Amino acid sequence: MQAFDAVVVGAGPAGLNAALYLVRAGFKTALIERNSAGGQVLSTSEIENYLGFPKGVKGYELADLFSAHADAYPVQRLRGDVVSMESTEENGKMHILHMQEGEDIKARAVIIATGAGNRPLGIKEEQMYKGKGVSYCALCDGNFYRGLDVAVVGGGDAALEEALYLSRIVNKVYIIHRREGFRGTQIYLDKIRSMPEKIELVTSCVVDSLDGEPNLKKVVVRHVQSGEKREIAAEGLFVYIGHVPNAQFAPAELERNEQGFLITDQEMQTKIPGIFAAGDIRAKLCRQVCTAVGDGATAASSAIRYLEHLNA
Amino acid sequence: MAIEVNDANFDAMVLKNELPVLVDFWAPWCGPCRAVAPIIDEISKEFEGKVAVCKVNVDEAQAAPSRFGIRAIPTLIMFKDGEVVDQVTGAVAKDNILQMINKAF
Repeated sequence: MQAFDAVVVGAGPAGLNAALYLVRAGFKTALIERNSAGGQVLSTSEIENYLGFPKGVKGYELADLFSAHADAYPVQRLRGDVVSMESTEENGKMHILHMQEGEDIKARAVIIATGAGNRPLGIKEEQMYKGKGVSYCALCDGNFYRGLDVAVVGGGDAALEEALYLSRIVNKVYIIHRREGFRGTQIYLDKIRSMPEKIELVTSCVVDSLDGEPNLKKVVVRHVQSGEKREIAAEGLFVYIGHVPNAQFAPAELERNEQGFLITDQEMQTKIPGIFAAGDIRAKLCRQVCTAVGDGATAASSAIRYLEHLNA
Repeated sequence: MAIEVNDANFDAMVLKNELPVLVDFWAPWCGPCRAVAPIIDEISKEFEGKVAVCKVNVDEAQAAPSRFGIRAIPTLIMFKDGEVVDQVTGAVAKDNILQMINKAF
């Protein structure tokens, strides 16, 4: 079994930064990722609000920079899926990570930074049209809808940003949002409202059903108050209605909020000594690249303090 | 490593290949494609001589993706004797890809 002082699970901004801080403090640190490093940053077209990039930065470019920074230090990068965790006593608390493939990994401190995935719409046709019209990545799939009409679902920054991105490629974008007002940043709303011929706001509506054969042709929306239905001719439907935490493998004893996000104190400490959480996996208000990076640093600092106490 | 395939050699490399073929339709600017790339490379090593693993960059090859109705990337298609056996879209887990490969045997 491979043993480390600290293991960080998830190589998004939170995990990469946590690993960087731990290894710089001299601890033997592993960073486990099931895919490539970067997390949700990888699928974001343009990031305009990360300090230090006044002209904005492409998501995958920022992800590569983050990853290269961690690689400038001897962080042990491991690829794989953690399926479960348990804590045992071995001259003090030891945490064991069970991997999908290969042998277990153990560490005195674990930082869970596995982030969140896209929240699905939850209607029955969604799975059927995945890859045939329904998408969760405008950057990836926008080009296949060049000159066509598409719809975006959601009212937060992700929905607004990606609607703006799509508006440069497609013929027309409908933004379907279940409320009248938008949570998204004013600067995006102003841009969107300045081009009503290109982007139409369909507010107080939810997606009722999808239609088309074999590919999506029609999105039926339902007004949340009147129940009145409207058909929108759209060949693409981009879903940005929030996130679900990737916390299935985390110990059941950890506290979670109603949505399943992990609850920590302000130092990123969970209820189990030696287990910390950082980034989008945490129950919190603001989920941004900068808050993930900050969580990573805080979690690592807490883990460093914890490890130093163990060794004292 | 996975073999890069384009419109010119798609038929020869994929449809007429004696081995079952896993094709990854991807693009360099696509985050989930990059996310799934290390798994594709791992599979190409693990199944060497048993499954041909090919990558089609949809920026450079447009005919092949449109022929198979690709509207999202990454899309992975499993071919056997020139026929589509199974396909999946998105940065899926390695297990899902292994299940797809099993369907070709």
